[in-house]
Amino acid sequence: MSAVAAAASATSTGEAVQFWILGTVAVIGALATILMKKAVHSALSLAGTMIILAVFYLANGAYFLGVVQVIVYTGAIMMLFLFVVMLVGVTAADSLKETIKGQRWLAVLCGLGFGILLIAGIGNASLQHFNGLGRANSAGHVEGLAQLIFTRYVFAFEVTGALLITAAVGAMVLTHRERTERAATQRELSERRVREGVQLPPLPAPGVYARHNAVDVPGLLPDGTPSELTVSKTLRARGQVRDVSGEALADLKALERRSAERLGREEASK
Amino acid sequence: MNPVNYLYLAALLFTIGAAGVLIRRNTIVLFMCVELMLNACNLAFVAFSRMHGNLDGQIIAFFTMVVAAAEVVVGLAIIVSLFRTRHSASVDDASLMKL
Repeated sequence: MSAVAAAASATSTGEAVQFWILGTVAVIGALATILMKKAVHSALSLAGTMIILAVFYLANGAYFLGVVQVIVYTGAIMMLFLFVVMLVGVTAADSLKETIKGQRWLAVLCGLGFGILLIAGIGNASLQHFNGLGRANSAGHVEGLAQLIFTRYVFAFEVTGALLITAAVGAMVLTHRERTERAATQRELSERRVREGVQLPPLPAPGVYARHNAVDVPGLLPDGTPSELTVSKTLRARGQVRDVSGEALADLKALERRSAERLGREEASK
Repeated sequence: MNPVNYLYLAALLFTIGAAGVLIRRNTIVLFMCVELMLNACNLAFVAFSRMHGNLDGQIIAFFTMVVAAAEVVVGLAIIVSLFRTRHSASVDDASLMKL
């Protein structure tokens, strides 16, 4: 009797090993999510934690959910997160300055208290009997799920459809921007340029008279100074103009010195 | 190993997510912490489903995932429009309802 009870409330050694190893990694990933300074690193840590949770679903007999977790969470939701992180700016790191004094320590204290309360609650609950999914899966796992979704939970399932449509429409409404004025045509733009008379021909390309052809490297003027006009307005506004004119001059100087040394040696050997 | 350990892990992940919501100020990271809490709840649901020997817990976890997907779509759209108007992803800057 006790052996049967033990078998019902315990798992195999393999699952225990898997749980302890992957559980540790999952907690580390979760901690990295909240502690990493850059949002991209947080997103990648969270994706790792979600994949490990998918493995745990599989270990718990939720085969359908495990696959859905990989496809929906790590495949769709996390990629959406990464997309927005790239859109909003990868370089926008969180500032670590506290706006409310002592807020971080209070938050950690609250978290600790909450966690202790939760874990103590689980420890005190009588959860010794573990039935396993053998009987529920007798007609097949996915068949069993489908039977529940389309009978007992059919109303929730239909409401879910309405929710998804509403969310899709909401996302479009929130991010769509109607153009309030007509876009200027090429003729109008050229006429305006002539009227203003500031820069009639197209702007000079980056990398002209420079030793690099990257877009963030300004072209050099004949006297060797970089020309800000050659770099695109966006990069100028972000302050991402890379000035390599000093580098080029230093390279040239080094080349001249080397050749002078070589020539000098050759002259000496003669 | 007692399978109740899955519940302890879920509680731990939920706590970490909650602490993250309190600590961080970048809206995207806040949102990720909320997702972490949702995932922790899902793990608890799946573990309960195995404990009680029926599939209802898995169904609820499945619905949670669907609602989370809808929530992410709307939430990220709000973040993008917030960033467009304020040029910042910090919750401190979003202190006024008008622009």
